[in-house]
Amino acid sequence: MMKIAPTLTSSAAALLEVRDLSVGFAGQEVVHGISFSIAAGEKVALVGESGSGKSVSALSLLRLVPDARIGGQALFEGQDLLSLPERQLRAMRGQDIAMIFQEPMTALNPLMSVGEQIAEVITLKQGLAQTLSAQAAIALLAETGIDEPARRYHAFPHQLSGGQRQRAMIAMALACQPKLLLADEPTTALDVSLRLQILDLLQRLQQQRGMAVLLITHDLNLVRRFADRVIVMERGRIVEQGATTDLFAHPQHPYTQRLLASKPERDVLVTNKPPPQPSPSGGGGKTECTVSGSSGLGDGTAVSAVSAPPVLSARGLRVTYATPLPGWRGWFRRGEFVAVQGVDFSLPAGRTLGVIGESGSGKSTLALAALGLLPCQGDLTVVGQRWGNHRASNLALRRQIQVVFQDPFSSLSPRMTVEEIVGEGLTVHQPSLSTQERRAQVTQALQEVGLGQDDAADDAVASVQSLLGRYPHEFSGGQRQRLAIARALIVAPTLLVLDEPTSALDVTVQKQVLALLQRLQRERGLSYLLITHDVDVISAMAHEVIVMKSGQVVEAGGVDQVLTRPTHPYTRTLVEAAT
Amino acid sequence: MSSLTDPPVAVSAGPWARAWRRFKRNRLGYWSLWLFGLLVVLSLVAELISNDRPLLLRYQGELYVPLLHDYPEKTFGGDFDTATDYLDPFIRQRLNSDGNWAVYALNPYGPKTLNYFAKAPNPSGPTADNWLGTDDRGRDLLAQLIYGFRVSVLFALALTLVGTLLGIVTGAIQGFFGGKTDLAFQRFIEIWGSMPELYLLIIFSAIFAPSLALLLVLLSLFGWMGLSDYVRAEFLRNRQLDYVRAARSLGVSNWHIITRHLLPNSLTPVVTFLPFRMSGAILALTSLDFLGLGVPPGTPSLGELLAQGKNSIDAWWISVFTFAVLVLTLLLLTFMGDALRDALDPRKADQ
Repeated sequence: MMKIAPTLTSSAAALLEVRDLSVGFAGQEVVHGISFSIAAGEKVALVGESGSGKSVSALSLLRLVPDARIGGQALFEGQDLLSLPERQLRAMRGQDIAMIFQEPMTALNPLMSVGEQIAEVITLKQGLAQTLSAQAAIALLAETGIDEPARRYHAFPHQLSGGQRQRAMIAMALACQPKLLLADEPTTALDVSLRLQILDLLQRLQQQRGMAVLLITHDLNLVRRFADRVIVMERGRIVEQGATTDLFAHPQHPYTQRLLASKPERDVLVTNKPPPQPSPSGGGGKTECTVSGSSGLGDGTAVSAVSAPPVLSARGLRVTYATPLPGWRGWFRRGEFVAVQGVDFSLPAGRTLGVIGESGSGKSTLALAALGLLPCQGDLTVVGQRWGNHRASNLALRRQIQVVFQDPFSSLSPRMTVEEIVGEGLTVHQPSLSTQERRAQVTQALQEVGLGQDDAADDAVASVQSLLGRYPHEFSGGQRQRLAIARALIVAPTLLVLDEPTSALDVTVQKQVLALLQRLQRERGLSYLLITHDVDVISAMAHEVIVMKSGQVVEAGGVDQVLTRPTHPYTRTLVEAAT
Repeated sequence: MSSLTDPPVAVSAGPWARAWRRFKRNRLGYWSLWLFGLLVVLSLVAELISNDRPLLLRYQGELYVPLLHDYPEKTFGGDFDTATDYLDPFIRQRLNSDGNWAVYALNPYGPKTLNYFAKAPNPSGPTADNWLGTDDRGRDLLAQLIYGFRVSVLFALALTLVGTLLGIVTGAIQGFFGGKTDLAFQRFIEIWGSMPELYLLIIFSAIFAPSLALLLVLLSLFGWMGLSDYVRAEFLRNRQLDYVRAARSLGVSNWHIITRHLLPNSLTPVVTFLPFRMSGAILALTSLDFLGLGVPPGTPSLGELLAQGKNSIDAWWISVFTFAVLVLTLLLLTFMGDALRDALDPRKADQ
């Protein structure tokens, strides 16, 4: 196609030049006039937290955002993508500019085999015959590192693993040798150990083909490894851009500085003796002590001095799910899927036990079993007691162990007010409280988790009380997670199960929430069972670590030992991916 | 979110309040609700609007309330001990002479009133006396329509209420307990749902004396299954969400988990379907009446009027006006339903 922009001498080298791009929805502008350029063969990272407009900016370059008002210019090889007729733009999509998305499961058509989907693109864009494009698709699958590509050609998306799906997505995007690849959070939905592999793949393909890549991500580790240049966005504006090494070494804008400093800091008690702690009530005579010499515990951070019974201990823990059996046998019997097998651990008072593993490793199942929400075999005790079969007998125990879940949007009922949500534990465990007393405790719990302290000039209590009648949708992710913590804390538990408490949050918010959890542990002597896939979180929070893979513990020990001298190969990949 | 820096408010708009705001933004649905509400209220006081008795009258210095009491004809100078026919020209003349007066309803006919003094043979077209004409027995069509609308709407309300309650309860039980309970219930629903509803209705209306209560029971028996499936699906989805798990780990009882957590979050399909269920119920009653299987004879009914219209096709006013009332009612309900669906769609912005 002929170049029609002879005036743009300054941007002769730029493959894509975005000028004053603005995007608005329903009269509300979310991207406020950003300008940047990408040279041919350049790797640029667009970094920002959720809501910063980074994905919308990239999608609007191809006009893929429905109902958006897009302003400005986006010159790709001199043609303005934003004013091209739809037909011409459609011809360019996939051909010159390709895109890969965050979640390959939803970005691939579930009813077509991945090979057919790739071949379709080739047939469509290059006009090859069916058999030729099928061969080309197989070659692409092989190039993206999918083994047995000829067989995988016929596989449906659900038959591939997450990493393979993302590789197939990449193969599809590269089908027509695009000059620019827009990668929208390509690794976020993947497990940590796969992220590096996908990134390496992108890197290799980029070098082989000399295409430019715009990587949209919030993961600074990836940016540092991958990008030549970084563009930092905050609330729809570009606040800083520059070469990766410069920007990481000397961030100029305060937001960039904050972003770079968002790695959580370790600020936990390291003493050998547990902090002062009200003794758990009613041990029921069962004080089985599973501490010293236990194989599931490291000796590095010295648990030996602990004399009190562990707050939570498991021995030979096994959790299974019933699965349907195929055929007529499924009518009478159920199969068994073993989610957790032979797990031993013990968590002393006032400490944090980190459980790290990938999705499907059984770590969340472990959390549900510890909470008594799933039946389990083996020996599991919470403050020296076992879970019973009846709600009434468990009620006292429920007070001891509380939970904070990952997703701050599904963990709060959307139709209850803050007061109802946070105060619910009191209605169960202290039903005799009057409304005023309950409200006072809710207010106190909200203050303790740092809510309602934005306007320091006002009366603090009044500002917290103004939150009581609000609904969850009015709060940000970090605030919602604080609400979830307040709901757990209000019944004064001794143990909190934290199931990926920060993985749905932005990095700067994650740091604040972790700092809050650390403070609560110091002040209240709480014990945490911290489940996460994030090595940074573990190294900031945990005293001891167990590493889980396929339902089993593959490595256990003190946090220093496991993270600095990992023995199991799986742990090594995890640690390596995080640095 | 900037809400924390806003000036403090006592209670902010909850999800239902925001839904109402979105509902109001759909003008068509909003005004449909008003119009429908007005029509229902008017039909509830139909006795004041369309009645063959005067609301109040003064006869020879004494006040009478024929709306509430029966007076024998002798009271007003007639010959018989039977209840007065106030449309009788003789009685009318007595009531209008020397200082006597009577306040008639806007449309001086009741649903069963036969106009013995009509000027044209029955069924007669619209006249100054019978604004929308009369039916084949000489009853005023306007009165029939007003009372028929009332019966339809009240019946539909009752049927919707019963069906919705049954649907919620059964759906909640299946969805909450899941597993074997769910399995058994689902099979039961499959069997129950494959029963030939219409034939059962015909058989039952042959065995029992037809009445609105019997119809209500029979239609309710088969009307809850669709809704039950939706509620069940919502419960199945919601019960594995983290807020329910959090409630469980707080030790909240099953009953409170259902009433406080699951039910409010599972009502969206129920509320969305309410107007459509209403219009479905009205249509069902009308169809049964049309077939002669519905309300007992003599009850004013839209379906029965439609059947009359079919039988005397020349009396166009019967079909046209009945049809118009039916279409207006169903249309209003559908508009309201659309607005509700918009209102409860969480993807819509609520400005």
